[in-house]
Amino acid sequence: MSSEFVQLSLVPMLIGTLASVTCALVGNFLVLRRQSLIGDAVAHVALPGIVGAFLVTGTLAASAMLIGAALAAIIAVLLIELIRKIGKVEPGAAMGVVFTTLFAAGVLLLERTDTSKVHLDVEHALYGNLESLIWLAGESWSSLADPAALAELPAQLPRLAIVLLVIAGFITIFWKELVISTFDAAFAESIGARPGLTSYALIVMVAVAAVAAFDAVGSIIVIAMFICPPAAARLMTDRMGPQMAWSVLFAVLSAVLGYVLAGYGPLWLGARSSVSAAGMIATVSGLILFSCCLFGPRRRGVKIAANQA
Amino acid sequence: MTEPAPQLVTHNGRTLAPAPSDSPLAITGMTVSYGEKPVLFSVDFVTPAGSMVAIVGPNGAGKSTLIKAALGIVPRVSGEVTAFGRPYIEVRHRIAYVPQRASVDWEFPATALDVVIMGLYREIGFLRFAGRRHRQKALECLERVGMASFAHRQIGQLSGGQQQRVFLARALAQDADLYIMDEPFAGVDAATERAIVSVLKDLNAQGRTVICVHHDLSTVRDYFDQVLLLNVRRIAAGPVATTFTAENLQATYGGRLAATQVEALASTVTPANAS
Amino acid sequence: MNAFLTALLLQAGYNTALVSIGAAVLGASAGAIGTFVLLRKRSLVSDAISHATLPGLGLAFIVMASLTGDGRWIAGLMIGAAASAGLGLILVEWIGRRTRLTEDAAIGAVLSVFFGFGIVLLTVIQSLETGRQAGISSYLVGSTAGMLRSEAETIAVAALLSGAAIFMLRRPFTLVCFDQEYAAVRGISVRATDLAMMGLLLAITVIGLKVAGLVLIVALTIIPPVAARFWTDRPEPMVLIAAALGAVAAYLGAVISSLDRGLPTGALIVLVAFVLFLASMLLSPRRGLLASALKRLAFQTEVHKRQGLIALARGEAIYDAFTLRVLKRKGFIRADGVATLAGRGAAAEVMRDEARWSLYRKLFPDEAANAPHHGVTPIAETLPADIVAELDRRLVPHEVAS
Repeated sequence: MSSEFVQLSLVPMLIGTLASVTCALVGNFLVLRRQSLIGDAVAHVALPGIVGAFLVTGTLAASAMLIGAALAAIIAVLLIELIRKIGKVEPGAAMGVVFTTLFAAGVLLLERTDTSKVHLDVEHALYGNLESLIWLAGESWSSLADPAALAELPAQLPRLAIVLLVIAGFITIFWKELVISTFDAAFAESIGARPGLTSYALIVMVAVAAVAAFDAVGSIIVIAMFICPPAAARLMTDRMGPQMAWSVLFAVLSAVLGYVLAGYGPLWLGARSSVSAAGMIATVSGLILFSCCLFGPRRRGVKIAANQA
Repeated sequence: MTEPAPQLVTHNGRTLAPAPSDSPLAITGMTVSYGEKPVLFSVDFVTPAGSMVAIVGPNGAGKSTLIKAALGIVPRVSGEVTAFGRPYIEVRHRIAYVPQRASVDWEFPATALDVVIMGLYREIGFLRFAGRRHRQKALECLERVGMASFAHRQIGQLSGGQQQRVFLARALAQDADLYIMDEPFAGVDAATERAIVSVLKDLNAQGRTVICVHHDLSTVRDYFDQVLLLNVRRIAAGPVATTFTAENLQATYGGRLAATQVEALASTVTPANAS
Repeated sequence: MNAFLTALLLQAGYNTALVSIGAAVLGASAGAIGTFVLLRKRSLVSDAISHATLPGLGLAFIVMASLTGDGRWIAGLMIGAAASAGLGLILVEWIGRRTRLTEDAAIGAVLSVFFGFGIVLLTVIQSLETGRQAGISSYLVGSTAGMLRSEAETIAVAALLSGAAIFMLRRPFTLVCFDQEYAAVRGISVRATDLAMMGLLLAITVIGLKVAGLVLIVALTIIPPVAARFWTDRPEPMVLIAAALGAVAAYLGAVISSLDRGLPTGALIVLVAFVLFLASMLLSPRRGLLASALKRLAFQTEVHKRQGLIALARGEAIYDAFTLRVLKRKGFIRADGVATLAGRGAAAEVMRDEARWSLYRKLFPDEAANAPHHGVTPIAETLPADIVAELDRRLVPHEVAS
């Protein structure tokens, strides 16, 4: 591997991988709770959250963005609950009302504020700019041991690493609560496992994962990684532990393969420029899910297996 | 009672009547509504300690709602609930609740053993994981319902009866003093029904209280010693021998139960059962 | 404000007027089809459809650009968008049918993967030699600024045709939404009806892409129907209300957006729709937040009043703080908890009503179980006077007193 790889590809690839794994970990619970589209909604409302935080603080500091987007996610979830209960409409419709409205508000705010000095626009919000997160100081593999060069790493890398640790820690610590309340909320309530609190904590984690990843890779990977690797893992195993492991494996595979295909694939085909890495990572995760739908050993559920017997 | 508890405060902050007794579950004036139609109106029910209670009534009579509202799973419009003379929330660890089998997603990636270990939630404790000791205890509970050989089977691959047994094993793992079960015999095979009844009778023989929402009128006399007849309101409650009468059944079910059926059920009174 | 009025009254130039009218027709059609989709509980399918249009848009652009040098012909883009959205729709159904995954996961997977692949194609387009690529990014958040006259006309005509198709198919749609089995018995193919419904949803989505953008077009099929739900429970009025709300939102959104540069059409349409929704949710006399909070409080008060009066009549002590408050406020008890004269009278009245209800339950158990507000409303307000009189005749005096 050349020094060019360390300078231009290593860091984006690592960031893509960290973002994908972070989202896939929490995504497992969303898919099992039939709340996959909460991930979709949260990823969309990150935009108004971040714009709102920018309007209030005047900066795009990571902490302000995280808090703004987490607040937006919580407001969105509360609004969805409210509309679902009062309007007596299905959760999907309530979700559709809320996240489109908040996203529209974000788009409008963005157009009406002067954000030209900071890197923030709708397209960036949708598909990020993974390729720009290069490490100029990383001149060769030996730079990995050079503190001066390491200090030049894009801030997204350590930030995502911390968020991944926080989320892995959250899932480990509250594993029992998460599993029990996902499987049987009424039972969880009866034994004092606080399913209501657990699901809000989960939403906060979803929001944190979404924002941290969103800044680096855009909301489209966030949604794809919340859903595709866990969904594919569902088709591979019937145990919770292996399910998490499969989803992480699929997330890593999508990120690395997607990045390589986006960066080098077009060159192999004779084109001169690369294509969007974020888009390609989402595409690869979709292809993995599609293969699992065709060949996954546990692709048929109990009901479908019974119907075909 | 060792000391009088003059005033208790329930979890929603209302003052409460002095607990009438240390009954495992005492419900006073409970009204529950979905929208503006009361599902339950002003229901009083004091469960005698150490009894086996059937909650009986037609569809939509509010049987499951009674349980869920008592356990704080659905909100109440009015009414108070105490368990063992204390607000329910303080004695939650002494109560095991078994929801309806249809209420969960059986595709969930978990084995029978995983589900039973969920019943050990309080025993394992906050921030801790299930250890060998917990797995051993869960296996013993599965053994008691005749499911030890299915411990590592994914729950979706079990039959309806087997799934209900797993739910019962989870409740056994809680090692409670009050067992509240929502339709434990719905959609299970005859062998499972016998096995469940035998486990429940064992529990009862150890002095524990069992409350079941029950839909099969023909077995009320064989399985239970107390009955609560419910149709939005409490129609009657008391020992099966004196309460499970043709007149009360007619009042509960109205025209939905043919007169001949009522006669047949009521005529099953035998001195042996009327203990 | 003057500019707003001018635009509102269609005086701001032929193009602006045409775009606003086209948007209104689109909004009406989207609201109408969205209502059926909502009743079928599949609202977010449109989210998958709209995101799945992107690869089709990209491919159509690439193909047209390489053939003619200009990839912006709107009809060609629409055909491409419809084809890839159709493929997305088929995949959502296929995943739901063939695997254990639930529909929400299938929708989320299709929308994110198709959109991701679409973005890959967009970056391919950016690298093409041909200029004039700017047109395609306006499909992301929607823009009517600088829309060609032919484009506006295409949108208006296509939306009108879709609206007409929805109008013709309203009967089978309603039947299938209301009762699938009954519809099947009546000889309506549920599968074919669903297919037509999804096809029209797809058509509206594709037509609306240019106006609202593919992230926000879904709002036009969801928000007006959900708002309409607050005003009626019957399907046909609901379709009309949703269509009207959709038309108003799209029209106002397009008009406001034409006033200044930094006013994206899609975002404004959605925000206007949300304001209409919010007004419906708060103010609707049937199910609005205000009305139902008041009803809930009244109901709770009624329950506590009745339970309290029964306790008074039986001489039982009352401990529930809310019950005590209600009785005090009605003047049924004094501050020290002793019943007043009015309280004793009301308690006796409630006991008479209880006796009537209990006799009614004994005589007509089935009807009693189905009576509305069973047990809380006085019987005289629920049943015809002759039945109440008959009950009173049968009540022996001591039962009333007890």
